[in-house]
Amino acid sequence: MDLIKKTLSILSVFIFSIALALPSNAKVEGDTIILGAAVSLTGKYSTNGEHTKNGYNMAVDRINDMGGVTVGGKSYKFDIIYYDDESDSSRAAQLAERLIKQDGVHYMLGPYSSGLTKAMAPVTEENKIPMVEANGASRSLFTKGYKYLFAVLSAANQYLEVAIDLAVEKNGGNPVNIAMAFEQDAFSQDVRIGVVEAAERTGSTITIDDKLPKELNDMAATLAKVKATKPDVLVVSGHSKGALTAIRQISEMQVDVPMLAMTHCDASKLAKQHGKNSEYALCAAQWHKTLSYSDEFFGDGAQYDKEFTEIYGYAPPYQAAESSAALLVYKAAFEKADSLDKDKIRDALAQTDMQTFYGNIKFSDTGQNIAKPMVLFQVRCEGDVCANRVVAPTKWASHELVHPIPSWSSR
Amino acid sequence: MDLLIFQIPILMVQASLDGILLGTLFALIAYGMALQWGVMNIINIAQGELVILGGYIAYFMYVAGIHPAFGVIVSPIIMYFIGWSLYKTIIFRVVDRDLFISILATFGISILTQQLMNFIFGSDVVVAQSNFGTTFLFNYMVTLPNAKIFAAAISIIFAVLLVLYMRRSKLGRAIRATAQNARAAKILGVDTESVYAATFGINAALCGVAGSLIAITFTLHPYVGLPYTVRSFMIVIVAGLGNLPGVALSGMGLGVFEEFSDYIFGTEFRIAAVFLLLVLILVYRRFKLSRKREYLK
Repeated sequence: MDLIKKTLSILSVFIFSIALALPSNAKVEGDTIILGAAVSLTGKYSTNGEHTKNGYNMAVDRINDMGGVTVGGKSYKFDIIYYDDESDSSRAAQLAERLIKQDGVHYMLGPYSSGLTKAMAPVTEENKIPMVEANGASRSLFTKGYKYLFAVLSAANQYLEVAIDLAVEKNGGNPVNIAMAFEQDAFSQDVRIGVVEAAERTGSTITIDDKLPKELNDMAATLAKVKATKPDVLVVSGHSKGALTAIRQISEMQVDVPMLAMTHCDASKLAKQHGKNSEYALCAAQWHKTLSYSDEFFGDGAQYDKEFTEIYGYAPPYQAAESSAALLVYKAAFEKADSLDKDKIRDALAQTDMQTFYGNIKFSDTGQNIAKPMVLFQVRCEGDVCANRVVAPTKWASHELVHPIPSWSSR
Repeated sequence: MDLLIFQIPILMVQASLDGILLGTLFALIAYGMALQWGVMNIINIAQGELVILGGYIAYFMYVAGIHPAFGVIVSPIIMYFIGWSLYKTIIFRVVDRDLFISILATFGISILTQQLMNFIFGSDVVVAQSNFGTTFLFNYMVTLPNAKIFAAAISIIFAVLLVLYMRRSKLGRAIRATAQNARAAKILGVDTESVYAATFGINAALCGVAGSLIAITFTLHPYVGLPYTVRSFMIVIVAGLGNLPGVALSGMGLGVFEEFSDYIFGTEFRIAAVFLLLVLILVYRRFKLSRKREYLK
């Protein structure tokens, strides 16, 4: 009896360890293609993590409702395994391992933020698993020679280049004086590189180049310098905290600049939180609902905005729109490859050239989307209600740029 | 090295005033820390989180349509009870223990508070509008936001009230007695447990006031508490324990030094410069102490 018990227990341990060691074949189950994603559902990125997840889910439901993905004459549905990365990059890397090694996922979706994408990319790359990401804009993601990483969004250095070009254009094609304040984090410093390059290209001069410490919430010194040196453009990037701090202190200190360009205006709900004080601020965005790109799944931006609002109860920020676009890219790649093989999918992804409601998507050799320009909108107020109005590129502009910004004494 | 501030001397006035206003607000947070450190020998790592929590109270008053400046009255009352409850549930277990244990415990409270705030209030950065306007000096060359002047004024009022309370009231005397010698105070009939609970409550209330002021002068986010903890820690270290006027001076001094460092060495080095100054002060103190020790020998 004892011998049987012993043998049975050894056998069960053996079977259990085999079960642990071998990945369950979860990449495709029946007629479902399983994608893997680690998004921030808790921690400091939880709001944007939620937007990312809602964007993914919205597209999965839509694609499935409209007949799914056809591979080899068979129709498949999409499904996503989610894990919470707790807004922590080491956790994100662990979860990427888990999705690939334990859950057997062969197709990955990106997390929220450049930092977490940077943590996951080496894992997906090592395992040769394609990852389509929609929320990592850092330039360094595209300089490491990754072959399996594809980003549907524009890179961080493209964010505010347009603003410098616009300032030069408004200055009659002459170089301008630029004051810059950028937070010391990967994303903002990438945005800075773009501005520095644009300044060199246009022969403009950088008069102030402040790097704000991450924990800083006071820009009074930078703004006093701006007031004293009177530049033509003030460029600020420091996530939501930077945008809100800048507008608060610019209005309090009544700093007059002809042009103020920033990032994260919509993530920080700038127009809502600061109202009229934020008027005339120029903001870089990946997407805006008024753009006229379209596709068969969501129609155009306005329709996406309407349907997303109906389902999730709030207007989609660009983080949700770009996440939805990632799924459209995957669907097209599966159908182009006409195979479930991850390497064939990777090759099909590399050849992507399509239009979605979010914008045109075509990847460079480094996986960066080179077909979609950034948009610039300007905060404009009617009465006490302020909203973002697209002013550049001119092709999609719904409103004329107000330049120079009226002085505080006349507002 | 940037010499702009020397080329345009009016910037020195701006930097000094900004530094003083900023330093006064930080000094208020440091008061609470100095008080409970001195009395209970606890370094409260969760100080910044208490500040942010106090700020959210003012913010939600603002959302509800009440002027956020009233937060300086409501927030300390709520925060006093939060502080008192924290003492009764957690802090009382670590009060007589090793300093390391109390640091660990308050570090735990700090993480828990961050996550709870994130869970309840969301991870968006928020601001409350005071619409207090701006004061212009020297023909519009120097601008001072009235919200910052208000913050500094309120900080001074609460600091003076605290000093008076410590001198005049019965509880104040009991707190001072406990700080000097807890065992002797106990023998003489002071209920040291209540004194500790009240001290922690007063600290949290001061954090509540500071938080309300931060809601109208800076920004709030569940994870921005740490800089306030570090800053108040530095102010207390420089001033020394039990030296309340010293805390005010050290707060303002560090504020002015930080602003000037920003102009001269660049924004990226302003915090590094303050830390460097702290190291120099500590080295100087040690040097002075060792000389005194030699003399005593």
